[in-house]
Amino acid sequence: MSPPLNRSPCLAPPLRPSYNGGCDLISFRSAMTTLRVGNAADVSGGEALNLHEYQSKRIFARYGIPVPQGEVATTPEAARQIAARLGGPVVVKAQVLVGGRGKAGGIQLAQTPEEAEAVARRILGMRLKGLPVRKVLIDPAVTIRQEIYLGGVIDRAQGRIVMMASSEGGVDIEEVAARSPEKIVRVAVDPCLGLRAYHARHMAQTIGLPRAYFRPFAEIAQGLYRAMVENDASLAEINPLVITDEGTLVGVDGKMVVDDNALFRHPDIEKLRDAEEEDPFEVEARQHGLSYVKLTGNIGCMVNGAGLAMATMDIIKLYGGEPANFLDIGGGASATRVTAALRIILSDPNVRAVLINIFGGITRCDEVARGILAAMDEVQPQVPFVVRLIGTNQEEGQRLLSDAHLVTANTLAEAAQKVVRLAQGTS
Amino acid sequence: MSILVDSNTRVVVQGITGREGRFHTRQMLDYGTRVVAGVTPGKGGQEVEGVPVFDTVHEAVARTDANTSIIYVPARFAPEAILEAADAGIRLIVCITEGIPTLDMITVRHYLRQVGARLIGPNCPGVITPGESKVGIMPGHIHRPGPVGIVSRSGTLTYEAVYALTQRGIGQSTVVGIGGDPIVGTTFLDVLRMFQDDPQTEVVVLIGEIGGTEEERAAMYIRDEMSKPVVAFIAGQTAPPGKRMGHAGAIIAGGTGTAAEKIAALEAAGAHIARHPEEIADLVATLLGR
Repeated sequence: MSPPLNRSPCLAPPLRPSYNGGCDLISFRSAMTTLRVGNAADVSGGEALNLHEYQSKRIFARYGIPVPQGEVATTPEAARQIAARLGGPVVVKAQVLVGGRGKAGGIQLAQTPEEAEAVARRILGMRLKGLPVRKVLIDPAVTIRQEIYLGGVIDRAQGRIVMMASSEGGVDIEEVAARSPEKIVRVAVDPCLGLRAYHARHMAQTIGLPRAYFRPFAEIAQGLYRAMVENDASLAEINPLVITDEGTLVGVDGKMVVDDNALFRHPDIEKLRDAEEEDPFEVEARQHGLSYVKLTGNIGCMVNGAGLAMATMDIIKLYGGEPANFLDIGGGASATRVTAALRIILSDPNVRAVLINIFGGITRCDEVARGILAAMDEVQPQVPFVVRLIGTNQEEGQRLLSDAHLVTANTLAEAAQKVVRLAQGTS
Repeated sequence: MSILVDSNTRVVVQGITGREGRFHTRQMLDYGTRVVAGVTPGKGGQEVEGVPVFDTVHEAVARTDANTSIIYVPARFAPEAILEAADAGIRLIVCITEGIPTLDMITVRHYLRQVGARLIGPNCPGVITPGESKVGIMPGHIHRPGPVGIVSRSGTLTYEAVYALTQRGIGQSTVVGIGGDPIVGTTFLDVLRMFQDDPQTEVVVLIGEIGGTEEERAAMYIRDEMSKPVVAFIAGQTAPPGKRMGHAGAIIAGGTGTAAEKIAALEAAGAHIARHPEEIADLVATLLGR
């Protein structure tokens, strides 16, 4: 691994010397970690907006990155017309937010417009990793002399964007990282300098590109960095970046993940969100300001706070149960939020019992209890509930719940054991 | 002794005229925190809960000698609020705000390091030294002074641990919520160093969760340089890969950032691992001989 090129005149020494005891591996892994987020297949829900290949490449093109001039089709007939317009062989590519499209048969070559139509018909009928293919990208085929990798990620440990390149493109970069990490060059970019041409030349040289490609490669790398920064991407990837037989560089596949928290300044990108590819209940939860992730178990959970919600799932598992979801109702636990949360939890037919775990801090437990009772009155759940309220006025809160014939618990362990028994139908 | 905040802490509240800012200013005053100023651009000259409001942090510092800032400003304005505090000479900035764009935090963190200001958060409950000063949104009354230092990426999970300790008569030196975002101003490692050097702290509790590798970095410090015992709990053992669990930073990506890896690293470093939140207090009590 080469040292990061992050020395800059505008950088004062860090507040305290960083702890270096064997940390190189960690910062490397941390870059790899963020990288994986690029496999759109691996990320959904929460804070990331994954863009389709064709959307990512259109954005890249605005930053001077050469990409094939393809178009999107939703019918086989449209695919034929696009292929006819492009002339010559084309590649038909499924536009689905999963990784490994090629291996699954979602990317195929077609020599003629008629063949493109037939191929598109096959691909449009496919399901890739459970998701139906609704769109295909028809790109002119390019000749391939070499495939390289170019990407940018946010490195959490360094607090910077790290740009990476490898002579081994066209495969999952993590495979390269695991097999031959020396083939990846990384540059941790100083945010006040940005990615400079000399950084890019260093990357090009390190991955063994001939000198003639230094300039076009640098333009692409700097364009990709700007695309990331100006669109608030947490990942931007060109894989492969192809050297054609004609000696040009072309970004054949592209990927972008945009930070949800920055969408307020990117209304154009917000419109690209593909709601068809999201879990409808996760979408509904987001609209209510709730954070919900559906899981495969049968014990519904409603908790205030993300860390406590995870800990509650974990303790259910510890006592032999399986959580049906992650759900953080945030602060307050008002009746309206609890009602929305209950509806979402109970929309999952697998749910056999529900555990509500609320730490009433500044909000008093008796208020939370009243909110829960009002919500249950409205939703009329058919499965048993265990409620644990801890904090200010907890005795009063628990009394209100007991009077309404709800199972209560004092400790988290007790609550978990009770709900696991109820879900198993043994109590 | 304690770390970060104490009875000499003089707080300026940025965003004091907003709903959250006003509410928590009252809460902090009730706890005994010395809230000396508030800032909301355009609202200088007002008072909130008896605290004078200024238009800029510079003015607030000049008039009141505030030395610590707490920020309740909405996400799109919070990065600027942090930078303004740092520029005004504030050296401890606590940012409660959730949802700040990650790339903004890269620039902010970079600048703070240049000027030597410390940021706690963002997306955190703040810092409390029980009995002295509360600079945050945590329920103050569940805390009591004592020998346990706590550092955590979570809010309510930390309150659980504090509550369980206090119920057993075990108090806390300082409780620090470092925040749930991918990029935060202060890491586990930074806070562990402070607790190691703090004479009041006898036992340290580290509450981590899935995502990133800061717990692993902390483990190396615990192994190599820490003499005080550490009790650790990691949330998210049942979290599926690739899903963000509420916090922007809580995601298992590419097979790393898992709870199992973090627990293994901390255990190998000699930390005492709690299997669930209530075990934290049990383990601390044993270590303190209670």
